[in-house]
Amino acid sequence: MRASTTPPMRAGLIRASLRRPGFAAALIHRLSGLALALFLPMHFIALGTALQGADRLESFLGLTQNGFVRTAEWGLVCALAVHMALGLRVLAIEWLRYRERTALVVSGCLATAFAVGLLFLLSGA
Amino acid sequence: MSPLLYLAQRGTAAILAVTVAVHLGTILYAVRGGLTAGEILGRTHGNLAFLAFYAVFVLAAAIHAPIGLRSILREWTGWRGRSLDLSMIAFSALLAGLGLRAALAVYWA
Repeated sequence: MRASTTPPMRAGLIRASLRRPGFAAALIHRLSGLALALFLPMHFIALGTALQGADRLESFLGLTQNGFVRTAEWGLVCALAVHMALGLRVLAIEWLRYRERTALVVSGCLATAFAVGLLFLLSGA
Repeated sequence: MSPLLYLAQRGTAAILAVTVAVHLGTILYAVRGGLTAGEILGRTHGNLAFLAFYAVFVLAAAIHAPIGLRSILREWTGWRGRSLDLSMIAFSALLAGLGLRAALAVYWA
């Protein structure tokens, strides 16, 4: 027999799930993945300019020397790090059946990503 | 998601976990004191290990990203069916083509 829920109860369950750390993790994982999927083709096209010589690549890198692009680079490094960390969490849940302390694990993933972003800034980017 | 897509998504995720960690480490090392074409190409030119590593990275990403994007589009926009699948195959081919071209560009340059 299938369990059924009345509409108000279902809405309540959805509202409750939105406040869970697992929902935040899934949302951030997806948004960071979307950002990376949009960025990847541009990144590859930029590196492909090296086919026209080192000078061409250097002139392209020169175009990126402004605050907006550098902020975007920092965001993408953070997005890459957080997507990897939250992806490892998904693999741990599915392959190792690790479902303990979700809030702590998700917080750790976010902290790791911001630590990588901070290291990127401190490295002189 | 079909079992084949699930296995492809999670299998490439395991590969990407390693390659992304190495790539992030490389980024943090490379940006010290600014990034120049000379520095980038100095590390990559004629480096076969680099080329092999990034070829694996690119191919894994070209499989992983379209499958994830497909799931998001199906759930958030309701776009489904053959047009979505063909679009994602095209996106995968675009990523693989541009990515391998980029890896070869900095290897040959």
